[in-house]
Amino acid sequence: MALNRYMPDYLVTKLDYVANLARKHSLWPMPFATACCGIELMATASSRYDIARFGSEAMRFSPRQCDVMIVAGRVVMKMVPVMQRIWLQMSEPKWCISMGACASSGGVFDTYAVVQGIDRFIPVDVYVPGCPPRPEQLIRAVIDLQEKVQRTGTIDGREFADRTTFEGPAPLARELGAEDLVVAPGDFKTGSRFRHLPMVN
Amino acid sequence: MAFYEVPLREKFGADTVTVEEFRGNRRFVVPAEKVFAVLTSFRQQFGFDMLCDLAGIDYLNYPNAKDRYGLVYALTSVRTGERVFVKTYLNDPDPELPSVTGLWDGADWMEREVYDMFGVHFTGHPDLRRILMPEEFTGYPLRKDYPLRGYGERHNFPSLTRSEG
Repeated sequence: MALNRYMPDYLVTKLDYVANLARKHSLWPMPFATACCGIELMATASSRYDIARFGSEAMRFSPRQCDVMIVAGRVVMKMVPVMQRIWLQMSEPKWCISMGACASSGGVFDTYAVVQGIDRFIPVDVYVPGCPPRPEQLIRAVIDLQEKVQRTGTIDGREFADRTTFEGPAPLARELGAEDLVVAPGDFKTGSRFRHLPMVN
Repeated sequence: MAFYEVPLREKFGADTVTVEEFRGNRRFVVPAEKVFAVLTSFRQQFGFDMLCDLAGIDYLNYPNAKDRYGLVYALTSVRTGERVFVKTYLNDPDPELPSVTGLWDGADWMEREVYDMFGVHFTGHPDLRRILMPEEFTGYPLRKDYPLRGYGERHNFPSLTRSEG
C-alpha cells in the first residue's frame, strides 16, 4: 500500500488516551424513557437527526450492555429504586445524561409522587434543559459527554473510585423535622425498602 | 327516571332515595347503609351490568358540604345504553362501605384505587391493597388535607455515589 510509506512503524501515546478515544465514539445509550422526552430520544436516534454520526446509535435495552444512561422524562418515587437498580447493573465505565426539565429538576410536577431531580439519587454527568429538549440539544449533550470522557477518562475507570462522596444536591427530606417519621420505599439494598428519617449526610 | 325511582322508593322507603337530574344525568343519592342494597337492585332487577367508574370525592372545605367524602358509582346497562349514577356520602373517622365486587367483577381495581387515594375501606373486598402507591406508603394522597408535596416520601431514598456499583 502506498499509504504505508507515510505511516510510522509505531506510535507512542497514553493508554488512557486510546481507551478514551475508543469509548467516546461508542457511547451506547440505555434509554430510560418514561415520558415525552422519550419521544425526542427516539427522534434523535432516527435517520433525520441520526445520533449514529456520533457513535451512539446502539440503544441496548439491557443495562449490562450500555455505557450511558439517558433518563428521559419524569421519575416518580415508585420508579426510583428501579432506576437505581438499573444504574447499578450497568458496567463501568458508565455515565448518565439527565434529559429534560423533569429528570433534572422535577419540572412542573412538584407533587408528592415525582422526584425533584434524579441527581439527588444517582450521579449525573450532563444535564439537558428543555421541555422536551430538541434532538439537537441531546446530540450536543452527547458531544459534551464525549468531551468529558476524553478529558477525564482512564482505562481502568479509577476516576470513579475516588468519588466516594455524593456530589448531587442535598436531599429535600432534610427539611423535615427530626421527629417526623416517614416510612417510604427506598432502601433496596437491604431488601426491606424501608427507611427512616432523618437522613444521613 | 320514574321507572327506577318508584320501585326503589317502594322497596327502601320514600325518604331513602333522592333523585336529581342535571343535563340528562340521573343521580340517585342514597345513604351509605342502603347503597349496597340499591346497587344490588340496579344490578339484578334493572340489568345495569357494567360498573363504568367508581369515583371518590373529598368535600373538605367545600362550600355548603355536609359530609366529608362522596362516592359515585357510574352504572351502565350495556343492553339499553342507559347510564345512571348512584351517589353516597361517608364521614370520618372510619369511611367504610360494603364492596360491590360480588356484583361487578370490575369493581375490584376501582375500589382498590379509591382505597389507595381516599382511604375508604371496602368490607368484603377480596384483596384490598394499594394499587397506585407503593405498599409502604402511608397517607391518602387525594384527601384534601394531604399536602401537595407530600410528607417527604419522594426524597426518602438513598443517594448513590460515583464509586458505588
